[in-house]
Amino acid sequence: MIRQVARQRYLIDFTLASMMRRKVKNVVLFGVYFLIVFVLASVMLFGSAIRREAALLLANAPEVTVQKLVMGRHDMISGEHLEALSAIRGVRRAEGRLWGYLFDRGNGANYTMMVPPASDTTHAVGPGEAIVGSGIDRVKTIGRNEYLFLIAPSGRFFKFTVKERLPEGSGLVAADLVLISEADYRALFDLPDGVYTDLALSIRNEKEVATILGKAAKAVPNSRFVTRSSIARTYESIFTWREGVLLALLGAAILSFAILAFDKASGLSAEERREIGILKAVGWETSDVLTSKFWEGALISLGAFLIGLIAAYAHVFFFQAGLLEPVLKGWAVLYPDFRLTPHIDPLQVTTLAFFTIVPYTAATIIPIWRAAITDPDTVMR
Amino acid sequence: MIELQDVTKVYNEGRQNAFAAIRGVGITVGNDLTAVFKGPSGSGKTTLLTLIGCLARPTSGRVTLNGETISGLPEKFLTEIRRKTFGFVFQRFNLIRGLSARENVMLPAYPLGLDHAALTRRADELLDHLGLGSKGGLSVEHLSGGEAQRVAIARALVNDPEYVIADEPTANLDTKLTAQFLDIVRTLRAEGKTVIMTSHDPRIWQADIVDRVITLEDGLLTADERGAHAA
Repeated sequence: MIRQVARQRYLIDFTLASMMRRKVKNVVLFGVYFLIVFVLASVMLFGSAIRREAALLLANAPEVTVQKLVMGRHDMISGEHLEALSAIRGVRRAEGRLWGYLFDRGNGANYTMMVPPASDTTHAVGPGEAIVGSGIDRVKTIGRNEYLFLIAPSGRFFKFTVKERLPEGSGLVAADLVLISEADYRALFDLPDGVYTDLALSIRNEKEVATILGKAAKAVPNSRFVTRSSIARTYESIFTWREGVLLALLGAAILSFAILAFDKASGLSAEERREIGILKAVGWETSDVLTSKFWEGALISLGAFLIGLIAAYAHVFFFQAGLLEPVLKGWAVLYPDFRLTPHIDPLQVTTLAFFTIVPYTAATIIPIWRAAITDPDTVMR
Repeated sequence: MIELQDVTKVYNEGRQNAFAAIRGVGITVGNDLTAVFKGPSGSGKTTLLTLIGCLARPTSGRVTLNGETISGLPEKFLTEIRRKTFGFVFQRFNLIRGLSARENVMLPAYPLGLDHAALTRRADELLDHLGLGSKGGLSVEHLSGGEAQRVAIARALVNDPEYVIADEPTANLDTKLTAQFLDIVRTLRAEGKTVIMTSHDPRIWQADIVDRVITLEDGLLTADERGAHAA
């Protein structure tokens, strides 16, 4: 056992010395490898974290949203339906929601205007008060107890006292959000009482959504029913599509790097062949040569993989994926400035490791194995 | 005792450029203390040496070591035989660049997993014995031809082999260094090692330490002379 450990130590010592002898080649390989892992891991970590973020946010969304359609377009819905919807077995709560968009000419930005639901006591706002998202705070540089001035579509001026600023953590969906009271909302948009943007249904058992939708469709005809799961699917499609676009854009570069790495790793120079011949001639077994080269490959591939993964982690979770942001997050004036919750999917990391470390190791080991099983005399000639 | 029985070695077998470097040679070497294969370039000296030292396998014929046939053994066993039985000094020394003289000497013993301190001591002793005591830490690129050859000899001796095999050991050395090399061979001979060399240098095969001179021409054995100054 001690001899085996000592033997591995000798082989590692030799490997390190061997790598130092071919510094330039190994540094280039390491750099290429690192870049590939960094880019792939950044896309993967960002996609995975943003999906998780979306899933966490959707967890608080109503299971079903009912929207009135007029000529195929979304229109205001009457609150009269609330009673009928509440009466459906399995519906825990039905409430009207008021939300919409207001264009602010001064900043060239769209604000999402919303009345917090009655059930949300933490964000309750009184008349003349507003709770604003972090994006609005950034653009208008207004703090707590300061005034938010808005111009209604009718041209009227409205003044709100900022009661609270929403935390950065909610930035993904709330960056451009302004929460105001129902009375202020109706005044701002000249809306009569009893109409809502849509109706939100809270369901007792999510498995019964399909049944409840069937009954709701009869109770509220000419309506569209949007389920939470369908929103989740839409988010998923958007993020997957963006990831795909990015990978397609980077595909050619990644492929070029991969070919370069493969070529550099798999090509055995005359010097390397001679060295293998010498080692075999002086008494190294094929397995000793392969072990030494395995350590070399492992140090490069595993080292580059780990450093690439750590760099990607820092890039995504500490630097908000600055290099990939425009493609992955989309674009807006009030750009959501949010920090993703650090999260790693072990399956994705394993897959990435499998598709980067294994091909590299095979590319390096196979030509060495072929040289190592040949007679030393032939190799040296 | 190494015996070659009707051994033939063909390179590039089956191709248009195939050629037989050794043709049906039968010879027994060992217990001769010092033997030299001589002959012109291309006569097959080096090939015969590689067959004796298990660096290559014969195309036909048989190689035996102490009565056991070894030519058909799997590579793993041949490697073990090479490591335990033979020490090689190659024509161009074949030291590994970037490693120190000491590390080059230690190289054949790495797979044995010996204690690092003991192995370092053994390598230093050998280098010291060969007059390179102060150069163990130097990278081999910084050594002269004679020093590099002595490092190669130290490397050949690190596993204490029964046979030392040297291919054209003085091809790159001047008269003074050749004399130094012959002194080393004399010491090895005194220690009971069998030294088998190839050379077309008369200073080698006419040296008083040479016990046997075997002449090769076109892959065939043409003369086998014994005794000091055999040539």
